[in-house]
Amino acid sequence: MSVASETIDWFTDPANWSGDYGVPNRIVQHLGYTAVTVAIAAALAIPIGLWIGHTGRLRGLAVVFSGALRALPTLGVVTYLGLFTGVNLTATVVALVVLAVPPLLAGAYSGLESVERQTIDAARAMGMTEWQILTKVEVPLALPIIVGGLRSATLQVVATATVAAYVGPGGLGRFLIDGLAVRDTPQVIAGSLLVIALALLLDALFVAVQRVAIHGHPAVQPSRS
Amino acid sequence: MKMTRLAAAATAASLGLFLAACGGDPADGEKSASDTITIGSAAFPENEIIAEIYAQALEAKGVKVKKKLNIGAREVYIPALESGEIDLLPEYTGNLLSFLDKDATATSPEEIEAALDDALPETLEVLEVAAAEDKDSLNVTQEFAEKNGVKTIADLKDIDGLKLGANPEFRTRAYGIPGLEKIYGITGIKFTAISDGGGPKTLKALLDGDIDVADIYSTTPSIVENNLVTLEDPENLIAAQNVVPLIAEKKASDKVEDVLDAVSAELTTQDLLDLNGKNQGPDKAKPADLAKEWLTDKGLI
Repeated sequence: MSVASETIDWFTDPANWSGDYGVPNRIVQHLGYTAVTVAIAAALAIPIGLWIGHTGRLRGLAVVFSGALRALPTLGVVTYLGLFTGVNLTATVVALVVLAVPPLLAGAYSGLESVERQTIDAARAMGMTEWQILTKVEVPLALPIIVGGLRSATLQVVATATVAAYVGPGGLGRFLIDGLAVRDTPQVIAGSLLVIALALLLDALFVAVQRVAIHGHPAVQPSRS
Repeated sequence: MKMTRLAAAATAASLGLFLAACGGDPADGEKSASDTITIGSAAFPENEIIAEIYAQALEAKGVKVKKKLNIGAREVYIPALESGEIDLLPEYTGNLLSFLDKDATATSPEEIEAALDDALPETLEVLEVAAAEDKDSLNVTQEFAEKNGVKTIADLKDIDGLKLGANPEFRTRAYGIPGLEKIYGITGIKFTAISDGGGPKTLKALLDGDIDVADIYSTTPSIVENNLVTLEDPENLIAAQNVVPLIAEKKASDKVEDVLDAVSAELTTQDLLDLNGKNQGPDKAKPADLAKEWLTDKGLI
């Protein structure tokens, strides 16, 4: 039997669709890890990114810092932290937050930078406070790029959250790691396909959100200068 | 332009390294001379140490020896043995049997030895097995053992919601969860897959109480260092894994057999624990030095 037909058999086997080890539970876990990670990363990175974008301060540092974070291999971070945190989600979430922070940070500050200087000067001249400039002018104008950062972060996290399985917890990575451990190729392929499908689905969702972010403010589209 | 040249130089250098690495590959088809024994080993330290022991013991008795250590997995080195690129390698009885015969059910040392004779190809044979074993073993902390009065795997039956940590394959393999259920009647096990072969993460999970029972290879120094209790396996759930020389029949002269049998007669699981401990401990002793020390201690060289 070919691997392709064995993989189809895997998908059609009801045993793979129920219980703790079934696909639905693994997808829920996987999305859960992704949501928690992106939420934590966004709470950290977006305020900092907005501050950098608004004030123009520490931009160089942010570029260097997020470049350094990007260079960290996620599997290495998970394995190393796992030695200290034990077999729970902590190591995975920390490693994935490290992965998600750079695109979120970059989305936030470069979003604000894309707003035309004249628009901000005009807002200031009208007597807006700095807070009003940020929330009423800069963020709405920068929203498509900020959402772009969120999209990129989410995609990277959902694709990489499979490493969780390496240190114990579940998620779709279980199919990859468990399949490799017993040379069950159909299971590995099925797991990969599920991760790909989930990533594409989330990406499509973000395309829609980004569209709303742009069309929600037709009068204030970012300039292309 | 300068960058291009630099990149070209780097590519050439790495290609050179790659080719050099390939030179050590046993698959290069070179066979050893008829009076020389080429010794291989799997790619992990313990196996390398035993291979060194074989090599130095044979050399001391005047046998010509060549070494091709660190050859990866069985899928690579068993064909290499059959083709004569290597002639001798330290093996583990249970794993060797299940590699040769996927449907093998033997678990006790005697059954496995008998089954191995049938399963091996004509050109290969195993010599006397050593008492030394490196196999999956279920371990609990001293505290857990005392609190629950646990000495053997069978005693785990009465514990509700037992938490067990092991490599992912433990969930589906016959010696794993299915065997615990079928042979020992232990049900409702909460399983945590930890992909480090009973390494530091598994150990930490056990010491932290995230799991109650940990699958750790029986010759891992951490078992002794942390006073873990290795549970007895009265029903032979976990297949025996005695160390045994696997050798090409045509190289197994009486002299060679005598030397290797003498080594096997002395090698115990405790010896492997000590050797691994020295190899992985703070002094990181080299396999060759450890082999020499062990052979000298046992009066074999």
